[in-house]
Amino acid sequence: MSTILMSVRNLRACYGATQVLHGLDFDIVEGGITALLGANGAGKTSTLRALSGMIEHSGEVSFAGKRVEGSATEVLARLGIAHIPEGRGTFSRMTVEENLRLGAMSRNDRAGIASDMARVYGYFPKLRERVRQQAGTLSGGEQQMLAIGRALMLQPRLMLLDEPSFGLAPLIVEEVYAILRELNEADGISMLLVEQNANAALALADRAYLIETGEIAMSGSAEDMGRDETIRRAYLGY
Amino acid sequence: MNGSRAVLTRPHLVLTLAALVVAAALPFTVKNFILFQLTLAMVYAIAILGLNLLTGFNGQFSLGHSAFFAIGAYTAAIMMDRLGIAYYWTLPAAGVACFGFGFLFGLPALRLEGIYLALATFALAVATPQILKSTPLEPWTGGVQGIVILKPDAPFGLPLSSDQWLYYLTLAVVIVMFAGAANLINSRSGRAIVAIRDNPIAARAMGIDISSYKSLTFGVSAFYTGVAGALGAIVIQFVAPDSFTFAFAIGLFVGLVVGGVGSIAGALFGGLFVLFVPNIAEQVSKGLAGAVYGVILILVIYLMPSGAAGLVRLVVSKFARTTARQN
Amino acid sequence: MELFVHQVLAGLSTGGIYACMALAIVMIYQAIDQLNFAQGEMAMFSTFIAWQFLQWGLPYWPAFILTVAVSFVGGVVIEQVVFKPLKSAPVLSHIVVFIALFAILNSGAGFIWDYSIKSFPTPFGTTPLFGTGLISSHDAGMIAMTVILLLLLFVFFRYTRIGLAMRATAANPDSARLVGIRVGWMIALGWGMAAAIGAVAGMMIAPVVFLEPNMMLSILLYGFAGAVVGGLTSPFGAVVGGFLVGVIENLAGTFIPYVGRELKFTIALTLIVAVLTVRPSGLFGRVVVTRV
Repeated sequence: MSTILMSVRNLRACYGATQVLHGLDFDIVEGGITALLGANGAGKTSTLRALSGMIEHSGEVSFAGKRVEGSATEVLARLGIAHIPEGRGTFSRMTVEENLRLGAMSRNDRAGIASDMARVYGYFPKLRERVRQQAGTLSGGEQQMLAIGRALMLQPRLMLLDEPSFGLAPLIVEEVYAILRELNEADGISMLLVEQNANAALALADRAYLIETGEIAMSGSAEDMGRDETIRRAYLGY
Repeated sequence: MNGSRAVLTRPHLVLTLAALVVAAALPFTVKNFILFQLTLAMVYAIAILGLNLLTGFNGQFSLGHSAFFAIGAYTAAIMMDRLGIAYYWTLPAAGVACFGFGFLFGLPALRLEGIYLALATFALAVATPQILKSTPLEPWTGGVQGIVILKPDAPFGLPLSSDQWLYYLTLAVVIVMFAGAANLINSRSGRAIVAIRDNPIAARAMGIDISSYKSLTFGVSAFYTGVAGALGAIVIQFVAPDSFTFAFAIGLFVGLVVGGVGSIAGALFGGLFVLFVPNIAEQVSKGLAGAVYGVILILVIYLMPSGAAGLVRLVVSKFARTTARQN
Repeated sequence: MELFVHQVLAGLSTGGIYACMALAIVMIYQAIDQLNFAQGEMAMFSTFIAWQFLQWGLPYWPAFILTVAVSFVGGVVIEQVVFKPLKSAPVLSHIVVFIALFAILNSGAGFIWDYSIKSFPTPFGTTPLFGTGLISSHDAGMIAMTVILLLLLFVFFRYTRIGLAMRATAANPDSARLVGIRVGWMIALGWGMAAAIGAVAGMMIAPVVFLEPNMMLSILLYGFAGAVVGGLTSPFGAVVGGFLVGVIENLAGTFIPYVGRELKFTIALTLIVAVLTVRPSGLFGRVVVTRV
């Protein structure tokens, strides 16, 4: 029986006077990968921002049994929610190593941190080559790997990923997604994946939701969603 | 981003006309000293508008506009006292001279951004009184003691006192220069100027010649402040190096922010603020005048973080939203 | 030649003052990503507090430590009361708040302690160092203190977790939050540290320039110049920059005609601007590469 790690009810959010989310309901299963699909401007990024406390929101959000809506971003991070934002959020003026160390900022176990760093370099050997390089000078794919690595250092229970495939060549996207799958299977990290690239997302996820103009339009298993006519025509291109 | 358009809709037009009517009637209803202060406030408003063109609309951070004000003032004083030229010629002369200086300063300033430009312009502000006092220039500038000028009388034998005439003259200059600024901002050049502030890389990619525009804006900005300086000299009838210290430059900057960065009308509020608030602070407490001024500044920023113009915009948009909801 | 050497050494002496100030400026810049225009006034106010402790009979070093502690708290309080409520205001408005703080501290100090010039003691003695006449004991002690501070800061920022967290907060507060950094605490800590360093700078400078409310203005400006020349991202650069500015100022005053006291500042700044046009990030600043 799968447990619900995060449940969201009636999530509303606004930027100043403009309301962008109009009452979302969805669940994230523990150990699963959930995809959030939708076109540009549908509200996918806003959903992630609301979940990690970066924009004003209302509604009921429960994480691991606790109500967390309205909590500050840093509090949520310390609870184990790692948000990789739009644009990756890397500290571009700091080195690769400093970025990774920053991911572990909320932890105290030095041995654990050291071994996790080694693990991250194991997943992403390219980062090990560029340890002292300024993060802002890395390529798009490398920055994405750095962002995932930094999220890993947090020892997250849940990763919120905002368009991890954005701006990346298809081969790199495959690499990144393979690593995400491994993290999910080996470490049991749950993921909420926001993507415009529905193909890749549906191949990775178990469950999927479709957002249109701030509301959930459709939901189901990734397989079913992938076979649905409207989704195929609008988002999968065939 | 803060204002980038000078809006002139119908309500704006009505308000502006009403304000002009009130302004035209004032000289016959208030005492001479108040009139003198209002005239000076308008002078500062023009200077602040100049600064606004450079810092507010074009994003070049200047803490040195006291220098251009001083150059304008001394140009007027020297023309009137040493060369015997009539006062009305001093305004365009001061403007042109300052345009030249501003443009020339703008050229090396092209390589500096943000805080570095602020430091360079600040150096200019600090240097100006020192240069004005320096011995080689003394025969022209009158050294530390400065130059005294005679107040001009109303022309054509009009039944106006000197103060009243100067008020109207300044008001006319304000109208012309503010309208000119609004025109500039609404034109293609104005949009280029703002584009350079908002996103210089995109602007360059669109083919805007950044260097030319930035230097020219420096020149125009100095022009405005120079004309203000000349007017100021005529109104106060006196120029001296220590009237134009960096404290004045900071005062102009404060006036800019309090009035509203990127707002043309805001410069008027800024001018009034620069003139009256330090006096008010002194009246509250002679010994703690600076502290009172500081507290007032903090309160003003707290209540209107984007200046008076920002507050007006907020109120208007809230009003518009409530009326829209009612309809 | 002898004049040149003498002036260079004199320049290094005054440069020590500027280096101290520049360090405080860069310190807070690292913490809050803004230049604190009221840094000099905060240092001056702290020095007056130290003077008051001394007047009340405290010996030098206890007064010193107490002042640093009080200044730290003062810095945190200023941040919480004045800057935190205004953090969403635009950048130019922030600068006006710094100006306001400057006015409040300057006027307040004059009101409480009046404008007469007071002397402030030095813990290093007034005799020339090793009796050589090259440099006074105080100047040497001041330089040593600055260097020690610099080393402590370097170690703090480079090798401690909090230092890293503070740098991250200044660089990108949103991303810092995303990794769990309590950004509010980091900013408050940065202000406290800057105030504390400013206090040390003030107490080092006052014995030389004498204590009065307006003592810090020109020093602040030279300190800014030094920090900018050295590179705002580098505490080491700030110290080097401060010394450089002191030497340049002195040499300009001695060797360039028509330049008396008055134009020295302008000359110094002009040369600094010249340095910046060649190396915009300062001599030691980290060159930031941004991908468009």
